[in-house]
Amino acid sequence: MANAKTAWLVPVAGAVALGLLPLVVTTYGQDLVMRIMVFAVFALSLELLVGTTGLVSLGHAAFFGIGAYITVLLSPASEAGSVWLLLPLAMLAAAAYALVVGALSLRTKGIYFIMVTLAFGQMAYFVFHDTPVGRGTDGIFLNLRPVLELGSAALDLGDRMHRYYLTLAALAATYALLALVLRSRFGRALAGIKVNEQRMRAAGFPTYPYKLAAFVLAGALAGLAGFLLAAKDAAANPELLSWHESGVVLLMIILGGLGHLRGAVIGAAAFTLLRELYGTYSIVGPLADHWQLTLGFTVIAFVALLPQGLIGLPARLRTARG
Amino acid sequence: MPLEVFLVQCLNAVQYGLLLFLLASGLTLIFGIMGVINLAHGSFYMLGAYMAFVLAPHFGQNFLVMLLAGVLIAAAFGFVLEWAFFSYLYQREHLQQVLMTWALILVFEELRSLSVGNDVHGVKVPDWLAGSVPLGTLMTYPVYRLFASAACIAVAIGLYVVVNRTRLGMMIRAGASNRDMARGLGVDIRRLYRIVFAGGVALAALAGMIAAPLSSVYPNMGSGVLIICFVVVVIGGIGSITGALLASLLVGFVDTFGKVLPVFSQYAGVGVYLLMAVILILRPEGLLARRGT
Repeated sequence: MANAKTAWLVPVAGAVALGLLPLVVTTYGQDLVMRIMVFAVFALSLELLVGTTGLVSLGHAAFFGIGAYITVLLSPASEAGSVWLLLPLAMLAAAAYALVVGALSLRTKGIYFIMVTLAFGQMAYFVFHDTPVGRGTDGIFLNLRPVLELGSAALDLGDRMHRYYLTLAALAATYALLALVLRSRFGRALAGIKVNEQRMRAAGFPTYPYKLAAFVLAGALAGLAGFLLAAKDAAANPELLSWHESGVVLLMIILGGLGHLRGAVIGAAAFTLLRELYGTYSIVGPLADHWQLTLGFTVIAFVALLPQGLIGLPARLRTARG
Repeated sequence: MPLEVFLVQCLNAVQYGLLLFLLASGLTLIFGIMGVINLAHGSFYMLGAYMAFVLAPHFGQNFLVMLLAGVLIAAAFGFVLEWAFFSYLYQREHLQQVLMTWALILVFEELRSLSVGNDVHGVKVPDWLAGSVPLGTLMTYPVYRLFASAACIAVAIGLYVVVNRTRLGMMIRAGASNRDMARGLGVDIRRLYRIVFAGGVALAALAGMIAAPLSSVYPNMGSGVLIICFVVVVIGGIGSITGALLASLLVGFVDTFGKVLPVFSQYAGVGVYLLMAVILILRPEGLLARRGT
C-alpha cells in the first residue's frame, strides 16, 4: 500500500501515460482508450454513490443517456455546437433529473432503493424510446461535433486528437474533483453514512440532504460522461439509458473494487478491454463468436478469487507468495 | 371500449399476471429465504421455453406429460446448479452475487447458442388446445390461453397447499421470516435451500414452457422478463408469496391495459415502472412486507 504522501503519484502518472499514449497506438487503439476513459468517468460518478455512500443505484444510465441526448438534441443542425453551452446543459439536465429521482427514491432503502432507481431509469428510457423526443429505437445522429472556443484558438471535437485530450482532461478533472470531495467534510459524512446511517443521524448530521447532494453530483458527472460519449460517437440512442447499461457500469466498479476511485477506472478499463479482447477474431480465434462464454467465466473467476475486486490483486499476490 | 374487448383484455391481463406469478414466486423465495439476488432467474425461463421447443416433437399430443417431464428436468438441473454454484454465493455480499449471477446469464446464453442456435422458433399448440371459444357475438378467445391460466392457477393452488399445509412449507415459511432462527431450531438449512432453489428453477421453467406456444422462443428472452419479475417481487414485498400473486396480477393489468388505452398506449412501457415507483414511495417495503428479518 502506498503511503498517503505519495498516493497522488499513481493517478498523475496514469494521466501522463494516457496523455502520451496516442503517440504510440493506432487510431483504433485511440478510440478504444477514449471509450475506456468515457466509461471511467461514468464509473467514477457511480462509485461516489455505491462505493462511498453505500447507495446502490440501478438507474444510473438514465443520467448518462440524458447527457448524451441533450448534447445531440441541442446541437444546431448545420453548424458545430459550442462546448461551453452543450457541456453545462448536458450536466444540468442530468442533475435536474437526478434531483427529482433522488428526492423521491432516497425515501427507500437497500434493495427497494435499487428497484426505485431502476424504475425511474426505465421511465427515462421509455420516454426516449417511445416518444417523438428521441426519434425512436435508432436514436439520433450528430451532424457536426461541438467546438470549444478558447480565445482565438479552438478545440474542434471533430478532430480525433482534440477529442482524445478533452476526454482525458474530463477524466482527470472528475478524478481530482472526487478525490477532493472524499477528503472534504462532505465526503467524510458520506463515508459515515455508508458505515452507519443511524449513528450519523444521532451525531447530528441530517443524512437525507447529504445523500441527495451526492446523488445529484453523481447524476451531473454521469451527464458529463454522456456528453463525452455523444461527442465521441456523434450519436445517441435509447439503449444508453437502459438498465443493461446501468448494470454494466455497476459491474465495472464491482470488478475494479468498491471504495476506491482507482477501482472504478481499473474496472472500466478491464471490462472494456476484456469485452474487446474476447470478441476479436485475430486474438482468440473462433472463440470470438462465443465471447459471452469466455467473459462470463472470467468474471466468475475474478469474483471467486478476488472478493476485493481487481485492486485487491497485488495484496492477494503478496499473500500467495508468502 | 366495448364489453367484449374489455373482457378479452381482462383475460389476457390475468393470464399474463399468472405467468409472471410462476416466475416471481420462485424468485421471491430464493431472495427471501436464501438472500441471493439471482439475476439468472430469467435464464431458467428461457431454459423452459427452449425445452418446450426441443421436447414438443417427441411428445406429440401429450402436452401435459411434456410439462411434467420438463419440470422434473428443470428441478434436477436446479438441484445440481445449487450444489455446484449457488451454495458458494450465500456468504458473499449482495453485489458480488449480482456480478456472478450476471456472468452466469452470459454463460447460459452462450450454451443455448451452442446447443440450439440463435434462430427464433415457434412452438405449436397441441391440437386438443388449438381452437378458440366464442365470446359474446363478435369475439373469440383462444383455448390455449385459457389453458395457460388454468395451469397457472392449479400450480398456484398447489404452491399454496405446499407452503401452508406441509412440514416442508412450514420450514420454508420459517426460513423466509427468520433464517437464523430457523437454523437455530434445527431446520436443515442446506437441504431447504437446495429444495427451494430447485423448486424455483422448476417454476420458472414451467412458466417458460407454458409461454413458449404463446410467444415465440428467442435468444435473450430471459432478460426482458427478469426485470419485470424483480418489479413484481419488490412490489409484493420480498419473501411473500401472496404479495407476489397480488403484485403479478396488478402488473398484468397495468401492462395489458396500458397497451390498449387510447392516449396512454404510446407510453405503455412506463406504466409498470410508474406503478412500482408510486407503490414504493407510499409503502417503502412493498405491499405485503414480511415482519421481522
